[in-house]
Amino acid sequence: MISLPRNPRTRTWLGLAPAWLVIGVFMLVPIALMAVISFLEANPYGGVHFNFSTDAYVQIAFEYDLMDDLVFNPIYINIILRSVGLSVLATVVCLVIGFPVAYFITLQPPSRRNFYIYLITIPFWTNLLIRTFSWILILGRNGVIETPLLLTGIIDDSLGMMYTNGAITVGLAYSYLPLMILPIYASLERLDFRLVEAASDLYAHRLEIMTKVIIPLSMPGIVAGCMLVYIPSLGAFIAPDLLGGGKRLLLGSLVQLQFATARNWPFGAAIAMILLAFVVVALMIYAQSARKRARIEGDS
Amino acid sequence: MKRRHLGVGRYHGLGTWTVLCFAFLYLPIGILIVYSFNASSLAMTWTGFSLDWYAKVLRNDSIQFAAVNSLVIATISTLFATVIATAAALALVRGGRFAGQTASIGLVTLPLVVPEIVTAVAVLIFFAHLELNLGIGNVIIAHTTFCIPFAFMPIRARLVGMDTSLEQAARDLYSSEWQTFRYVTAPLLMPGILSGAMLSFVISLDDFIITLMVAPAGATTLPVYIYSMIRQGITPEVNAISSVFFAASVLLVSIYWLLSRRVMSVPKGSGANNMSGGSRT
Amino acid sequence: MMRQFGAPLLAITLSVSGTAFAEGDLYIYNWSDYTAPDLVEKFEAETGINVIIDSYDSNETALAKLQSGATGYDIVVPSQHFVEIMIKEGLLQKVAVHQMENFGNVDPRWTYPSWDPDQEYSAPWNWGSASFSYRADLYSGSGASLSEFFEPSEEVCGRLGVFEAPDEVINMANLYLGLPYCSEDPAEMTRVQELLVNQKPCVTAYSSEGLNDRLANEDVIMSAHWNGYSKKGREAGADIVYAYPEEGIVGWYDSVVVPVGASNIDNAKIFMNFMMDPENAAIQSNFSHYANAIMGSEAYLDESLSTAAELNVPADVPVIFGEACSPAAQKLIDRVWTKVLQ
Repeated sequence: MISLPRNPRTRTWLGLAPAWLVIGVFMLVPIALMAVISFLEANPYGGVHFNFSTDAYVQIAFEYDLMDDLVFNPIYINIILRSVGLSVLATVVCLVIGFPVAYFITLQPPSRRNFYIYLITIPFWTNLLIRTFSWILILGRNGVIETPLLLTGIIDDSLGMMYTNGAITVGLAYSYLPLMILPIYASLERLDFRLVEAASDLYAHRLEIMTKVIIPLSMPGIVAGCMLVYIPSLGAFIAPDLLGGGKRLLLGSLVQLQFATARNWPFGAAIAMILLAFVVVALMIYAQSARKRARIEGDS
Repeated sequence: MKRRHLGVGRYHGLGTWTVLCFAFLYLPIGILIVYSFNASSLAMTWTGFSLDWYAKVLRNDSIQFAAVNSLVIATISTLFATVIATAAALALVRGGRFAGQTASIGLVTLPLVVPEIVTAVAVLIFFAHLELNLGIGNVIIAHTTFCIPFAFMPIRARLVGMDTSLEQAARDLYSSEWQTFRYVTAPLLMPGILSGAMLSFVISLDDFIITLMVAPAGATTLPVYIYSMIRQGITPEVNAISSVFFAASVLLVSIYWLLSRRVMSVPKGSGANNMSGGSRT
Repeated sequence: MMRQFGAPLLAITLSVSGTAFAEGDLYIYNWSDYTAPDLVEKFEAETGINVIIDSYDSNETALAKLQSGATGYDIVVPSQHFVEIMIKEGLLQKVAVHQMENFGNVDPRWTYPSWDPDQEYSAPWNWGSASFSYRADLYSGSGASLSEFFEPSEEVCGRLGVFEAPDEVINMANLYLGLPYCSEDPAEMTRVQELLVNQKPCVTAYSSEGLNDRLANEDVIMSAHWNGYSKKGREAGADIVYAYPEEGIVGWYDSVVVPVGASNIDNAKIFMNFMMDPENAAIQSNFSHYANAIMGSEAYLDESLSTAAELNVPADVPVIFGEACSPAAQKLIDRVWTKVLQ
């Protein structure tokens, strides 16, 4: 039991201090290190030489072809766009599946809600790799879905569901669904149902109640959930590799390839820095809109 | 705390949708468990019931060691991350607007946005320069760091716009700051804290790349062990130990379920559980 | 509150650093499922040394860990080209393997290898090869040439698996095209690139996990494969044949080495010597399904191993071991692979 200082500013910073300390030391400093590395020369066997170089950044948009001429190279830009597209898709799928579930759980009596929440996370106690592996047995040739269809003669050849973008999306949505449901639940759970009742008394249509009352009020949870799904999806490599067949590089595997196989640390770091820049911009937009929302809520 | 009117705010098919969602979540687990009892080492070929893979797990010290490491690391990191995230969320949401607010939000979410492999390599270099060798402690530090945003997001989502009138009432009734937090704020916040803690736990339990790079001797975790089976192929031994994890989690939930029912059946007015619905009574 | 918080962390710190430097330990860093539990038990019983095993997923990870300095491992088991890199980078200790008691058991074919010419650093562990496997019941070819893999026929097209990482694949392509490994010649690598790009439309998956499962469920009927892993698939009941193409197969050879900074060097040496004993080498091979380099171990091998086609390379098929590529060559490999998977 500790008594907190009176001054609200001091209290705020006191609450933030542990987070700043841990993340600052064990995240910010290493990332700064990475930023430095991205401007250095690669050591052939991993690691770096301490010579300044912008090679890594040039490499993202241009390449030396095998004959060592510098030409424009859209490969990495394509990879980035492809990753962003798939992540957005996975996020939307998670939201569509997850929101009604989170809402359903909020409608349950309090004693049962935590139980449902546990049910959501229990599957995630088992290893992600073999859980994803199971999807091969579900979607694949002679799998759980195809076998009954083949036996009853509804189809007579494999549907080819595996090794497609669809399979990757299923895998990603499956991997990150709880990250969507739990924040939305946390937000919905404090929803003041008197507002819903009031809207209903005022003859609001069910759809209107949903879009004008429930969804806006759970927005903090929806935004949090979308971020928690979208960002990890960007760097995912298990589902793309296992279910997508790794035929098209995505960001996760690309960065991995640079640090491991190609042993080009500066390039890997440079890609990470670009990625970081993208996310920082997105975060700033988010913070801006959150502030605007706070102001609107404050006014009402 | 009476039931809200049935019908209002309810939608057709919500239950069905939830059942389908759970089927989506549990189907792969079911398959995984079934194949842990398969005599064959091939996932697709069922050659008969067998407990061989469980026997192998019992004989395999390395995999057991890794499993225990995973649980210990996940538990401790979750604890740290949730406490730090709760403090940060309270400060950020309740602290009003202040210089450094956006920076602080950015900082807390930073571990989420940096690609894992980059964090992994960066932290590896950093730890090596510090000559930091706390054994399993290295991994706990790394996990705590990247679990913070996962704990933070649901807690913050819960806190934003949370009714402060109950807390004010408690303060007006001369309860101390600590009492207010313990008996009013914390219970109100509990769904967020619980969500955050659960996310941290499963995220820590599944992490591979960062652990692979950061773990010093004697700190191999289960995911690291599993991914390192490249040359041998992943055997149903992994299914077996995953099924054990699954059973353990089911057991924990059942115990929780029984305990909470007992708590729930206690007459009202005595604590946290009744508070959780407070804002809408 | 802060005080309560620090205590458990401190306790962990103390308990861990307490054991790490105690006498009688041996910290092994190896691939998972690649150190026979029987072997470890026997070693512990004979020597009283306590063995702790950690896992890595690739040679690259092991290298990165050693480069970072802080590890605490006494034994690492990298492949041949990484032994060479680690020696060059000054990460390994000289332990005079050639003077060890059991060194005489090592098959002369494997003594004083090119990656450790004086046998100062490395003792043998297991060796194997990478090639491709096919479903004999679904594929009409004979696996006699790498052309069946790189220029697949109609029946294989769309049902072909390739490794996720470029190392072995590009070496196999080099073998097929009759080029040396680690070529620094852009013109030569352009040919490799063309070969792989043309192969790609027929490829189902670039993945190194679940190779046997894909072959068993007929997602693919031909796949790049490792010999010991392929053998396991055959024994599990799928009609999987490991191909020995006439152009040759890519070899790898894992060795036991001691990193700089190891705290239990004497125990590490005892372990190295222990591994060169025929019976112990056989226990390891029986578990991993990969061959060893110790003469006399045949007597202790399971019959399924000594007769396995996967482990006994036909005399007319060359086994070419992967090399540590120069930076220039590595860059070309990276570009080719990125082009293929773009």
